[in-house]
Amino acid sequence: MSHSFEWLIFERTRVGKIGCTLPKLDVPEVEAEATLGSDRVRKGLDRFPQVSETEIARHFTRLSQWNFGVNQGMYPLGSCTMKYNPSLNETVSGIPAFRNTHPLAKPEHSQGVLRLLFELEEILAEITGLSACTLQPAAGAHGEFTGLLTIHKALQEKGEGHRDTILVPDSAHGTNPATATLAGFKVKEVASNAEGRIDMESLREAIDERTAGMMITNPNTLGIFESEIHIIADLLHEHGAYLYMDGANMNALVGKCKPGDMGVDVMHLNLHKTFSTPHGGGGPGSGPVCVNETLKPYLPNPRIVKEGDQFVWKNEATGVGRVHGWNGHFGVAVRALCWILTLGAKGLREHTENAVLNNRYVRKGLEGHFHLPFKTETLHETVFNDKNQHDTGVTSMDMAKKLLDFGFHPPTMYFPLVVPGALMIEPTETESRGEMDRFVQAMVRIAELAKEDPEQVTRAPETTVIRRVDEALAARQPILRWEPESN
Amino acid sequence: MKYLPLSSKDRAEMLDKIGVETIDDLFASIPEHLRLTKELNVPEAHCEMDILDSFNRMANENTSFQHSFIGAGAYAHFIPTIIDHLTLRQEFFTAYTPYQPEVSQGTLQALFEFQTMMTDLTGMEVSNASVYDGATAAAEAILMASRIQKKRNRVLVSGALHPHYLDVIHTYTDRLDIDVQILEPAGNQTDLKKLEDALDKDVIAVVSGYPNFFGEIEPLETIAELAHQHKALCISVTQEAVSLALLKSPGACGVDIAVGEAQSLGVPLQFGGPYCGFFTCLDKFKRQMPGKICGQTVDSDGKRAFVLTLSAREQHIRRAKATSNICTNQGLMALRVTIFMATLGKNGMRELAQQNLSKAEYLKKKLGSIAGVSISQAPTFNEFVVDLPLPADKVVEKLENAGIQPGLMLNHFFDGRSQQLLVNVTEMHRKEALDLFARELEAAL
Amino acid sequence: MSLDGIYYTKEHEWIRIDGADVFVGITDHAQAELGDIVFVELPETDESFEMGEEFGSVESVKAVSELFSPLDCKVLEVNEDLEDEPALVNSSAQEKGWMVKVEILDESQLESLMSPEQYEKFVEEESN
Repeated sequence: MSHSFEWLIFERTRVGKIGCTLPKLDVPEVEAEATLGSDRVRKGLDRFPQVSETEIARHFTRLSQWNFGVNQGMYPLGSCTMKYNPSLNETVSGIPAFRNTHPLAKPEHSQGVLRLLFELEEILAEITGLSACTLQPAAGAHGEFTGLLTIHKALQEKGEGHRDTILVPDSAHGTNPATATLAGFKVKEVASNAEGRIDMESLREAIDERTAGMMITNPNTLGIFESEIHIIADLLHEHGAYLYMDGANMNALVGKCKPGDMGVDVMHLNLHKTFSTPHGGGGPGSGPVCVNETLKPYLPNPRIVKEGDQFVWKNEATGVGRVHGWNGHFGVAVRALCWILTLGAKGLREHTENAVLNNRYVRKGLEGHFHLPFKTETLHETVFNDKNQHDTGVTSMDMAKKLLDFGFHPPTMYFPLVVPGALMIEPTETESRGEMDRFVQAMVRIAELAKEDPEQVTRAPETTVIRRVDEALAARQPILRWEPESN
Repeated sequence: MKYLPLSSKDRAEMLDKIGVETIDDLFASIPEHLRLTKELNVPEAHCEMDILDSFNRMANENTSFQHSFIGAGAYAHFIPTIIDHLTLRQEFFTAYTPYQPEVSQGTLQALFEFQTMMTDLTGMEVSNASVYDGATAAAEAILMASRIQKKRNRVLVSGALHPHYLDVIHTYTDRLDIDVQILEPAGNQTDLKKLEDALDKDVIAVVSGYPNFFGEIEPLETIAELAHQHKALCISVTQEAVSLALLKSPGACGVDIAVGEAQSLGVPLQFGGPYCGFFTCLDKFKRQMPGKICGQTVDSDGKRAFVLTLSAREQHIRRAKATSNICTNQGLMALRVTIFMATLGKNGMRELAQQNLSKAEYLKKKLGSIAGVSISQAPTFNEFVVDLPLPADKVVEKLENAGIQPGLMLNHFFDGRSQQLLVNVTEMHRKEALDLFARELEAAL
Repeated sequence: MSLDGIYYTKEHEWIRIDGADVFVGITDHAQAELGDIVFVELPETDESFEMGEEFGSVESVKAVSELFSPLDCKVLEVNEDLEDEPALVNSSAQEKGWMVKVEILDESQLESLMSPEQYEKFVEEESN
């Protein structure tokens, strides 16, 4: 780090400066107060800076230098699939027609962008082994919501609207139960067994005539393939319920097997995980939803349909309502399609194979040093925890912070909840052997330090621009914006 | 495979270390009958040159107009070039959500600046780190209001809100115990009489556009007052964020929750997304606000630091009882908006809004002076309804042939408005374009 | 017979009767589980709650926990110190960190609550 402090942009304000020149006004200037009424016009802005473009460039460039991107180093975040974000994706998204088309452009004027969305929807349906796809949801959680809405509608149309419960494994990602509640359902938890898979006994007990469906992740959040998934699907279908699959871990399946074949009725994908679109420091994502023939009529309106050789928007009377103000994240879809076409069918499969190979390799390197709560074979990610380090007083949190000093982003922490002190590790397929070896070496060294000199771990990180933050203070006395009087 | 760094030697040695023979052995946990026996039926791999060719060909299937006057919730403003350059830095666009603050101070400090400026624009006290878009922001605001007003049941929503926003609100509330009542507008504005009649002690909140879908500046202060008389909350929804640099802020009008769409602040049109919903409110409601929030704190050395905070309400902790299911915010889009706001700054934002108003008023005058064309006297910002003496579609066709996309035909959304256009003017329309529009419209009638 | 004493609930709340004053809060065990308390959401005075009804919440950095009324009661006073100093719940959960002062509406419900010894045993069993 070349600098250790950066002003807030407001702290650099000098009256009268501006970072960008607007064109000269070529029509008569209108007096706002006279035209709109003085009680409709504000005096001015108080918390906006006044700085030059030079300072903007410096400020944000320096801020960026405090960040860590996956195009810079390894991010073994389980279930996030932090893989390389290709530059080609960025270039194609900048093509003027893709960048500048208005969402309300008439279909006859937007054949290119409609074609792009249509083709991607077809490809995603093929990859998942399902019948149709919508790109309207803006993120994974949004896709989960959309998927549950189609289940809800389908049940209503069948006269089964009394079904008000969604089953969720205890290892589920927090968005699953949160989404179920948002969609108006109650949530019932199903236990996991000693192998880390859904416990069939617990499931059989939980299913009843009020079950609308079950949300599962496959492979699950422990990285373990739910090998009885087709039995689970059959069981749910027998009871008149649907199977929703959270596609967050699709990176282990693309080209090797299809959720549609497993009996999945509806699922979402995360384009910003499996399909290489960038995480952007927290978004934007994209959560397309794929469905089978049964649920196809309920996809949100409007749908893109091909009529002859023209793409048009169509509203189906049975479709659930809009979930997004426009057409979803077209800008993200462009990047995903670019990725898919770059790889091709064979490449997609090879990426999946490498993702699994890489995880098993890293797992082998860490076994013995870190406790494996579930010994079951994993696919693309593995969950360890800090049990081996218990008597040293060093926790997963400490080890994660020490990892920062070694130049790696920590793994996913304290999730899934079924594993206390969880460390979920997913290298993805774009890591080289050398990088993975360095990562394993770093982790092993940290495990050693925990035994030899725990304080070296507990006081980490020491080389980052800031040390550990006071989260309690941030939540007790929230300061959520800059105040003009403060320094 | 250019993105895969393993050589075949690497693979062989790794398989050996793991203790299996082949790659397929790694997939043994997948039941045999589920394993695919042939490749996916998707196109073959393309090299970069072919990708660029085929994507450019696809792009060329689009038609664009030299002059476009469509707004209706998505606005074409000038985007300072520095925004693309800064947001293409891999440290920004390939970084993860800032859960590890020690390596995310760049993202977090920028979010803090975003939150600061958003509260200023809306005149509110607290902002979150962004939500998907304006429509979902409106829906989430209603859900938030119903959490605050636990004992009440009904929400009154102005029918002059963006039709897509109304759709999304319905989608979000239909299955829940919230009764959403849409109030038919009077002309192009919220019907205050209907609002007054509908208000009672069962109303959770009143929701109004500002400006509304038809570009009109609603009497937000009056609406807020009416709501508060009945102890209902007032929610404002702004689809054109630039307007807030000039108009009296929602906060100054007495609003409790001010949300909307920040796309016009530096985010390209992109056929509808990704955009940047903003969400702000009064301090007393901050713990009910959905989404991520960035806060200031100190590190163990006492140094100023930024961190995601108030997380206990979010999905990853609260699960079924979360304030929302939101996981991502609009990260990189919020960064674009932040850089835009900081680059224009206090003076630039005002000037930008001024220009928009001046240009829109100029076009309003020119069009209004054409025989048969009428434009209401209601106060607008940069968008207004034009009443034509003929059905709009034929008129629009003629203008399109002259290279002008003259605005949104309102019968796209409303059956009874076949002779109306919604026209948007921004700083990007030069005088020549405005004059051309007026000339061609006159010729077309 | 005096009802003075401390009673415990399965939701890790305590209710202390001190002559005419009755206080309710969360146990020391509960605050330890929650971690650093950052915010306490309390009801309004004069509000009434049924046994088991949610009357507020306690928020820490990593969790939010509902507060459930130990029995039918009416709120007479809330501990305003907790607004500025939520950490009092951590440092003194059963004394200075009291949350509400109430009027008991149904004394017979005290019989269904646990004694200090019973609560201790309950906590032990729960952790196994």
